[in-house]
Amino acid sequence: MWRDAVLVARRDLRIELRSRVAISQVGPFAVLVLMLFAFALDPDRGVLDRATAGLYWVAVLFSGLLALGRSAAIDEADGVREGLRMSGLEPGGVFLGKAAAVAAQLLALEVLLGAGVVVLYDAEPAGPLLLVATCLAATAAVAGAGTLYGALVAGLRVRETMLPLLLLPALAPVLIGATRAFEAALDGVPADGWPWCGLLAAFAVLYSVAGALAYGALLEGQ
Amino acid sequence: MKPVVHLSAAVALLGRFPALAGIDLDVARGEIVLLRGPNGAGKTTLLRACAGLVPVVRGEAVVLGRDLRRHPRAIRRRVGLLGHVTGLHDDLTVGENVRFWGRAARTEPADVEAALALTGLDGRLRDVPVAELSAGQRRRTSLACLLARRPELWLLDEPHAGLDAGARDQLDALVVQAVGQGATVLMASHELDRAQALAHRVVDLVAGRTITPGATGAGADVGGADADRVDVEPADVGGADVGGADADRVDVEPADVGGADVSAAADRAPDLAGAPVPGAEPVPVPPVEPVPPAGRPGTEGAPSPASVATPDVEASPAAPGAEVSPVAAPGVEPSHVA
Amino acid sequence: MTIVSPETPTASPDAPTGTGSPATRVLGGLALAAVALAALYGLVWSPADVEMQDSVRLMYVHVPAAVFTYVGCVITTVASIMWLRKRTAGWDVLAGAGAELALVLVILTLATGSLWGRPTWGTYWTWDARLTSTALLAVLLTGYLALRRLDLDPDARSPRVAILGLLLVPNAILVSRSVEWWRSLHQRATVTTLDPQIDGDLLVALMCGFLAMALVFVWLLVHRFRVGWLEHQAGRLDLDQALADRRAEGRAAVAGTAPDTGTGPGTGTGPGEDTGPGEDTGPGEDTGPAASPPASSGTGAAPAPAAPAATEVTA
Repeated sequence: MWRDAVLVARRDLRIELRSRVAISQVGPFAVLVLMLFAFALDPDRGVLDRATAGLYWVAVLFSGLLALGRSAAIDEADGVREGLRMSGLEPGGVFLGKAAAVAAQLLALEVLLGAGVVVLYDAEPAGPLLLVATCLAATAAVAGAGTLYGALVAGLRVRETMLPLLLLPALAPVLIGATRAFEAALDGVPADGWPWCGLLAAFAVLYSVAGALAYGALLEGQ
Repeated sequence: MKPVVHLSAAVALLGRFPALAGIDLDVARGEIVLLRGPNGAGKTTLLRACAGLVPVVRGEAVVLGRDLRRHPRAIRRRVGLLGHVTGLHDDLTVGENVRFWGRAARTEPADVEAALALTGLDGRLRDVPVAELSAGQRRRTSLACLLARRPELWLLDEPHAGLDAGARDQLDALVVQAVGQGATVLMASHELDRAQALAHRVVDLVAGRTITPGATGAGADVGGADADRVDVEPADVGGADVGGADADRVDVEPADVGGADVSAAADRAPDLAGAPVPGAEPVPVPPVEPVPPAGRPGTEGAPSPASVATPDVEASPAAPGAEVSPVAAPGVEPSHVA
Repeated sequence: MTIVSPETPTASPDAPTGTGSPATRVLGGLALAAVALAALYGLVWSPADVEMQDSVRLMYVHVPAAVFTYVGCVITTVASIMWLRKRTAGWDVLAGAGAELALVLVILTLATGSLWGRPTWGTYWTWDARLTSTALLAVLLTGYLALRRLDLDPDARSPRVAILGLLLVPNAILVSRSVEWWRSLHQRATVTTLDPQIDGDLLVALMCGFLAMALVFVWLLVHRFRVGWLEHQAGRLDLDQALADRRAEGRAAVAGTAPDTGTGPGTGTGPGEDTGPGEDTGPGEDTGPAASPPASSGTGAAPAPAAPAATEVTA
């Protein structure tokens, strides 16, 4: 299964690199979201400063939706799904591979957004260990849940609208947890943030296991 | 010998529609069986059902010794399906696609290379993204993906569609070669002249059921002797159409299908020495060493393209077809249509 | 002439005209009585609360509604798990019924809670833990029901819906836990609990409310399940009939005449069409069932009209 996961992850990443959509569109979109917040929230009154953590993670979620949509679209192409069924690949491995590929893209996005937030919102990073751990856990959570929900709506004509509707409420705990952890780090009290990081990790594990188990049924069930 | 495919009164549903309404079919190892029938008869569904992709809800369905009604996924790796969809990633190159699907099916890298060579894709085309290929080239890429898996059962759904004459010849040669190494081929085609020449026998499908010769009732009205076995001399295999009929598919009324076309195919002198096909890319066809099957053709029955003599990539355009020596398949006992 | 095979049950010989039955009528009567009792107690007989005045009366609806929302969600999740194990349609119908009731009740919960909040807090909404997680639960249920509503072949829809239903309760728990934890960091001075300590007559009123809600819930669930079940039955494939139609179509096609099942040009004149390699014949793909809406409609229309649309899709 792990072998299959690596194979699929490499395929997904290679396709993304080849098409360059992630780099040329999703990344700029993420930065754009940050700028939209600035337009909406009056950058001079310290609102952005206090809300940095939350705005950051909202931007991550929105950009993540795009990345997840593209991940699902890879397997909607002409007969690829049938090919996956015929190939004998372990569905759990396919799931983990796809989730890993999305996670890699999300991490890149988060680094980009981190730079964006430092530059645009004048944020001062602190508590780096907590920040990094939170990013890793939250990314795993978003990628795992997102790939599972992506499979739930894969191939549907209404995929683009259903995915946000189904995924975002389920990711509310991730948004809450990641924001609290970031706030704790930025405020200089990382001890407050580690429990939230733990919640994120538990979430990631739960959804990764659920996704790996459910993917087979979803692949087969047309 | 147990048949590779055994279907008895099989019913398969597409949603709520019984695409297969009662299929009786037995295919022995090493046979090439042609499925024939009008659009909507269920040929595609039958092939997909044999691949375990469409569930069979009634009757018996046993493929490669596994009961498809209970374990549809068991045979997937041993079966190769070449359908209407390509199953290729547009953003990846030909080589990357074949390698991915090959590795997904746990094939050796050598087999992947051999598959690319056999379909003539290991030259310039290897590094071309699939999105930039023509339909025929994509078909060949899908075929390479199939070859790389070395399946025991080939399920070909209108395989000649979209291919030029040279590629069609090449496909026929590959089919013959695979069968010679123990594979079994089930093929649906509207390209009756070529396919009938290639096939050991023909099975007719109408409205989801196989037509049996001399069946009582209205079902027997299908022309004349079409359901009879088509005995084809080994020398006819592969090259019959090179100089012959136009490259378009021959659309045939079911009522017309009968002895007429069969005899026409048999009458056509095999033109193996093949006039060079103008305009085709150099399509190297490796010289085939007839592998005399000793009792049971092949080892586990998996054809192994890698066992063929190294393909001569520089083969001149004049060569295609010339090297296809007749492959005897003495181990085959075409069973009569159930 | 169709012969009914033993394994395919025929449509019920006397199709029911409604979802009532002696049991549900009794239940309905009881429920009505309980509602009346609860209304009397809640509105008239029980006194107003010391702190909350008359708005406490909303509690008698709000608290049971909240509790039975969770009951509905649990029903959905359990039924989804059972469907995944047994793959029988009844569980799927039950899961849908549970979720629909849960959605109705969660909206009722939010509405009564909001109305209660206005005189108490001076605002219709506050981001306290309970309200927030309840609102998110409403969105989760809406998403689940939206997925159910999609016009899909049941074979394609049921696994997806079941997995989403399975995730409903875990999601709800995760959401409520994380929201509670979050909001507890911002405890307001006035603890705004929605179920205060009550006793005496107020407790009796609350119990009546619970009783009434329970009876109404069960009654609604039974009826909703039956409606769903009838829908399922009506849309179910009569396989033998479909096979007979297909065979008739085949005989007619072979004879060269237009079959009298009313099939279109896609059948008897098949050979004349050059569909080409571009023909969309991916029956196993998602576009397949969706491309032949007559074949996958949920009505009891005979498969015969569905055949022409589908034959043009398949090879």
